[in-house]
Amino acid sequence: MYPFFYRPSHLTLNGPWGLSSTEQYYKQTERLWDRWRVSTVNSDYSVCPSYPSAVIVPREVDDDKLIRSARFRQGGRFPVLSYCHHRNGMVIMRSSQPLTGANKKRCKEDELLLQAVIDGSELGYIIDLRSAQQAQQARMTGGGFESKSFYSHWKRIHRHHERGKIVQESLIKLVEACSDPSHSVDRWLSKLENSKWLSHVHSALSTAGLVVECVERDGHSVLVHGSEGTDNTLLVSSLAQLILDPASRTVTGFLCLLEREWIQAGHPFQQRCAHSAYSHARLKQECPIFLLLLDCVWQVWRQFPLALEFSEALLLRLAQEVYASNYGTFLCNSEQERCAAGVKENTHCLFQSLLRPDIEEQYLNPLYEPTDLAIWPSVHPQSLQLWTGLFLRWTEYAQNMEEAREEVWSIVKEHHEQAGPDRTNNTLSTHCDTLTPFENLMDELTIL
Amino acid sequence: MEHIRMPKVENVRLLVRSSSRRTQVGTLYLTATHTIFVGKGSEDRNELWVLHSLVCNVVKHKASQSGYPLLIICKNFQVIQFIIPQESDCHDVYISLSRLSRPEKYEELYCFSFNPSVDKAEREHSWDFLDLKAEYSRMGLPNKLWHVTPINREYRVCDTYPADLFVPKSVTLPVIVGSSKFRSRGRFPTLSYYCKENHTTICRSSQPLSGFSARCLEDEQMLQAIMKSNPGSRFMYVVDTRPKLNAMANRAAGKGYENEDNYCNIKFQFIGIENIHVMRNSQQKLIEVSALRSPSMGEFLTGLENSDWLRHIKSIMEAGLFISKAVAEEGVSVLVHCSDGWDRTAQVCSVASVLLDPYYRTLKGLMVLIEKDWVSFGHMFSHRCGHLIGEAKEVSPVIDQFLECVWQLMEQFPCAFEYNEKFLISIHNHIYSCHYGNFICNSQKERKDLCIKEKTHSMWLHLWEKKLDFMNPLFKPDQSQNQGLLRPSTAPYCFKYWRRLYNRFDRELHPRQSELDCLMTVKEETQQLEEELALYEQKMAVLDKERAKTLYMQKGVLDSKQALWSLPLDTSLANTPQDYIGGAPNVFTLQQGERERAELCLFGDQTKSSDADNSDQESGVADFSSHSSGEESLPSEDSVKDPDSDETGPNRA
Repeated sequence: MYPFFYRPSHLTLNGPWGLSSTEQYYKQTERLWDRWRVSTVNSDYSVCPSYPSAVIVPREVDDDKLIRSARFRQGGRFPVLSYCHHRNGMVIMRSSQPLTGANKKRCKEDELLLQAVIDGSELGYIIDLRSAQQAQQARMTGGGFESKSFYSHWKRIHRHHERGKIVQESLIKLVEACSDPSHSVDRWLSKLENSKWLSHVHSALSTAGLVVECVERDGHSVLVHGSEGTDNTLLVSSLAQLILDPASRTVTGFLCLLEREWIQAGHPFQQRCAHSAYSHARLKQECPIFLLLLDCVWQVWRQFPLALEFSEALLLRLAQEVYASNYGTFLCNSEQERCAAGVKENTHCLFQSLLRPDIEEQYLNPLYEPTDLAIWPSVHPQSLQLWTGLFLRWTEYAQNMEEAREEVWSIVKEHHEQAGPDRTNNTLSTHCDTLTPFENLMDELTIL
Repeated sequence: MEHIRMPKVENVRLLVRSSSRRTQVGTLYLTATHTIFVGKGSEDRNELWVLHSLVCNVVKHKASQSGYPLLIICKNFQVIQFIIPQESDCHDVYISLSRLSRPEKYEELYCFSFNPSVDKAEREHSWDFLDLKAEYSRMGLPNKLWHVTPINREYRVCDTYPADLFVPKSVTLPVIVGSSKFRSRGRFPTLSYYCKENHTTICRSSQPLSGFSARCLEDEQMLQAIMKSNPGSRFMYVVDTRPKLNAMANRAAGKGYENEDNYCNIKFQFIGIENIHVMRNSQQKLIEVSALRSPSMGEFLTGLENSDWLRHIKSIMEAGLFISKAVAEEGVSVLVHCSDGWDRTAQVCSVASVLLDPYYRTLKGLMVLIEKDWVSFGHMFSHRCGHLIGEAKEVSPVIDQFLECVWQLMEQFPCAFEYNEKFLISIHNHIYSCHYGNFICNSQKERKDLCIKEKTHSMWLHLWEKKLDFMNPLFKPDQSQNQGLLRPSTAPYCFKYWRRLYNRFDRELHPRQSELDCLMTVKEETQQLEEELALYEQKMAVLDKERAKTLYMQKGVLDSKQALWSLPLDTSLANTPQDYIGGAPNVFTLQQGERERAELCLFGDQTKSSDADNSDQESGVADFSSHSSGEESLPSEDSVKDPDSDETGPNRA
């Protein structure tokens, strides 16, 4: 494949590949040290082929228990830590569905593992990304859900999310609708509605908001899973982190988040992003979940234009790279496959190259002003918009937006010149004060 | 006051629309002009004032456990829900408000009692702020082909037209009178916009009374004269903004449209914009969609589609685009009419003007445009906005649609407009609020008869004084694509739902951070700093003269000093040298260095920090303050640097 031959003169293969690892994340997160540990039970990828070699689990659960729990979860994806909230130590876990099957099997070790997660606190939430009915049906094919009687301290909430083929078809329909400017307004709106793409954006953001509400406002830990735990699960857990965690809103932080939650966590990029919207080959595995994530991030940026360090340009670049790239970052379906193919040794890392100062500059948000607060997006249909920058990228419409973007830069640069960067930051920060915690309360999502 | 049955109710609860959980308890007051709610306890944001003239409807809902709900629906799309503990109180408030919000006479409107503390001269000044004569002369009128006709000075020929009207010089008074008799309501063809670059015009009128076969020589001469007043073109367009079917139906009533065979050199064109009744129903549906409580994405989009609202906006935009292209690109004059020539005609003419002329994309330009095409040409604001109790069938959001067309354009061309959407929303609010006299009555004549200018205040000056709130920081008037004709795309995806207007009062629906507000602050501050800088430059220019000689002698040393301070600086500061090119290079680099230092002196907040960057800058400050002895502190090995590389170095860094 091309990334194996791509050898630009300014890059060398000897540099570090990737931005962080499980171990590094653990080291940086002091809150974890007490009750959590890094387990290398999967170092040969035998316990879970799609997991990375190292995962973070509760300290009191030993590797044997993990192996047993893995046998009880689809694809071996036992519950692992995805994020630890810096303010209250609550965590977001993710996994795949438990294999309870038709006769309600149980697994003591899996129950213990989850019990250890909440450790004495009264309640945790399981956000199941399927409707209750779908979860019931999954039992017929060997899957299932955590029953109340065996996981007594966990409350299960079902949120229906479309997956696979349906999301792929949405994308195809949307792109088709966008490519014909001769439609009447009615026809356009009906096609937009019919594509259901914005509905997927809506559900992803509102479930992420729900997770954040559990963690930040109510102070409970959360386990997120759907069926396989490689698609919507990652979508929701990474969006929740973006909303919660100021560190994931910087360029580096965001790329690290993508690396941890998508690349290392085993989103099957090669299967999902092989053909984009124009292929009519009915590929069973194709699904633009990652594009959906980028769209959701764009929506968050629209609503909090000062809160993200990166700009729309970075999202657009990623949307392009995930389908066609010179770099090895989005190759293969899991860390195991990347190791076997020698991706790290023989290709360049996209994220590393995006972070080179001269490159990074074009992806910065000139108005960035960090805020410590959670940035709860509004999920009203009125507040969500079509991502014109991506879907109408090649129209005259987008050119005018480009002009506006340049003007934003020039205004900020002019200010820099006149006042110096420190003062610009001051000016920007006075604008963030309006973001009070009170305003951030999200009324629409009520869980109790 | 006689309508107020219940001036005060205690323990009323105010519901926040989007969340049933958040309520506020307080006292409700009814005054002659406002409904006032004063919340108990909390210190700020607890007063709510609603003008009676903004109230569109008052609705009593079924009693709930907690009391008797009363809904106040406003013309600016605010919906307020109170819960009143006692049924009798609720009923009294309902009856009082129902009467108060439906004034029968103009004199009951708020603008007649609104009395800010300004004297007579200031009030007159507020009315003189906009001058239509000045606007016509800005367009280049009168000139050798067009002049003002005195014929309508007393509003005798057409009582819905303004007193001053521009017609071709070649038409005689009898022709005008003849033509006006052949047009609905006497609204003969007259000038709306003149393009001085190519002498093309947009004229407007009402429909001709042609029936199935009638013709009028004077009217034909009138059009001929308009066509001839544009020497560059051999024909003109006549645009009927109605759907063809509607226009045909009008023929049965003795009205209709121009027969191409009777008029020389006209090209006739229908543009199907629906009538006021269709538009009213459409907006009603749109408002229902906007008020849905937590709809799904599908429900919202389907509702938006079924309202047909954006389709209507698109048809108005397309009509405006057709006309503006005819004028700017083909150089062909256009006569626009609908039925009476005060609704769709006003919309289309003004949209075309915004597209054609950058002036109308400035704050004052938009004000003038509304004053000219809408107020002076007799758009029936009182009927269309329902200022007085009367025919509900006459109400229609015609001006809303114009404002929305401008908004849609602003969305497509973020750098082409001087104003922002707050400006449009403020105008919208005041059109309905009756706070100012501008939009009272249905014509200039009525306003004169009512002495509006003597008894009320004008809104335009008020908005102008608040103009800082209405500025678009991204406005780039000098950009070539923002000059001349705007060419919007009319692809369906370019028409969006205007959340800021229809969900104006649902705070949680809007972005929590505003990019434009932030940019505005940044921009204003830059401007302020530039001014301060200019002041310092002046002072320094004096000093420079004295020092220029010495500086040349110290050349090498100075260059190295330049290098010293500029190296550790942030790249964002680094492109300053480009902006100052134009002087003798050596004096120049120094000047620029001094500028930076001058700033550091002025805004010394960086000096607190002790890291490497700043300590260098600090030394720069010190150098500047004791300039002549500055060179002592310089390391000599740096002095070999090439002056050119010093200038470009930091740029590339």
